[in-house]
Amino acid sequence: MFGSLKDILEADEERGTSFWETVMEDDRREENISMEKSLAKMNEIWQAMLESDREYDEKLKSASGLTGTDAAKIGRHREDSLCSEFGSRILERALRIAESNACMKRIVAAPTAGSSGVVPAVLISMQERYHYSDEYMVRSLYVAAGIGGVIAVRASLSGAEGGCQAEIGSASAMAAGAAVFLRGGTDRMIADAAAIALSGLMGLVCDPVAGLVEVPCVKRNPVGAFNAIAAAEMALSGITSRIPPDEVIDAMKSVGHLTASELRETGKGGLAATPTGREISRKLTAGSPAAAESPAKPETV
Amino acid sequence: MNIFDVVGPIMVGPSSSHTAGAVRIGLTARKLMGERISYAQILLHGSFLATGHGHGTDRAIVAGLLGLNVDDRRIPDSFCLARERGLSFEIKGIDLGEEAHPNSVELIMKSVSGRRLTVVASSIGGGRIWIDKIDGLDANFSGDYPTLIVHNLDQPGHVAEVTTMLEHKSVNIAAMQLYRSGRGGHAVMVIECDQEVPPDSIEWLRKVEGVEKVTYYSPAVKISEQAE
Repeated sequence: MFGSLKDILEADEERGTSFWETVMEDDRREENISMEKSLAKMNEIWQAMLESDREYDEKLKSASGLTGTDAAKIGRHREDSLCSEFGSRILERALRIAESNACMKRIVAAPTAGSSGVVPAVLISMQERYHYSDEYMVRSLYVAAGIGGVIAVRASLSGAEGGCQAEIGSASAMAAGAAVFLRGGTDRMIADAAAIALSGLMGLVCDPVAGLVEVPCVKRNPVGAFNAIAAAEMALSGITSRIPPDEVIDAMKSVGHLTASELRETGKGGLAATPTGREISRKLTAGSPAAAESPAKPETV
Repeated sequence: MNIFDVVGPIMVGPSSSHTAGAVRIGLTARKLMGERISYAQILLHGSFLATGHGHGTDRAIVAGLLGLNVDDRRIPDSFCLARERGLSFEIKGIDLGEEAHPNSVELIMKSVSGRRLTVVASSIGGGRIWIDKIDGLDANFSGDYPTLIVHNLDQPGHVAEVTTMLEHKSVNIAAMQLYRSGRGGHAVMVIECDQEVPPDSIEWLRKVEGVEKVTYYSPAVKISEQAE
């Protein structure tokens, strides 16, 4: 994978390839697979994203009972939507997939399971609006993967290491870049959109109530998706990131290190540490069959 | 890591570490056993214990023990599937100590033919796992390679016997570790290989004097669900 967005842009110029081709070629070489195989694999990912949206069950609640059934409410409210048809669809999809994830349905981790609603919400809604072919959508996933790959190499994609900025923030940067690609933006605009998206969510903490990927994770997915649209629109309008994209990623890494461990997926700070958050956690722990028993030394079979 | 780890994997939610990683631990334990498992005691440690139920860690481990993959839609229903397939299990808590990874589990298992195996494993993030211990002795491998685990008496010559055998079979060693419980006591070799070790070589090794137990893990192995 590439160590910087600058390297991708330079490779684009040297080889005369576009962003998605550069990312695909690099991965193909590293993994020693054919172009057909790589494209088939990415198409599988795309089809799984489409499925994860289709298979939403509006009656389903998660095991904890904390999430589920909300996405359908957005659908029922569509006529009165504040953010018009396109925005309402993105919002609903991000919730559908994030709720499905909480309910143990099949999703694509992009980059993580907790942030799995962001990229597909943006991409599927754009395909619906602009009628892009699946082949074109698959290319946009290479763009998303290229951006996520650089963040993985330079910083982190894990909430435990970098906080939620590393999960929803990275997903948002990936979606922003992919959206710019789909609308015909330049490779530089892709990098700028990713940087603007990441800057917008920098410092976002990971504070899951009861340690579960539900509250606030599910509702942060639409936030990441909307942030991606805002960043993509800015980049497509010619607005650039004042801080170079790779430096933004480095800043995100450093912010992750500066974030207290209570705010990095430990369930000990932020919303998890509120009186209500603690109460929910207490009730769930009491209700868990395994946790109800006191830790014991194993017996022999 | 490659770009399909960034956009992917396709998995059943909600958590790559607590769900997908837990499925992989179960699946790896099944492959280490090399045959169907009839009983498992699942002892959850740390965050696996505290948040495992809400993350479906319990159902994910059972799904893995049954041979399901991380993207199998039957993971949430694995308890029912276990009843159908004759896998009985118990889920309890355990304290594996401060040094254990927060997402760890100890699996005490018995196979259909009566083989016994105890595995301690952890889910180390992004769905990747680590096998910490086998039958009480350190193991430390990822499950990405064919891995040969040899328990033997701590006597001179056993390492040479095993590596000479691998050389004869043109199996290249990717990594090798040696541990022992104490001088002259029990020892273990953990050998990660680039190629598969042939089944007859593993059988031969089992009969070598001083070798107490041979466990072989192959990422590619498929264990049939059909009753023998």
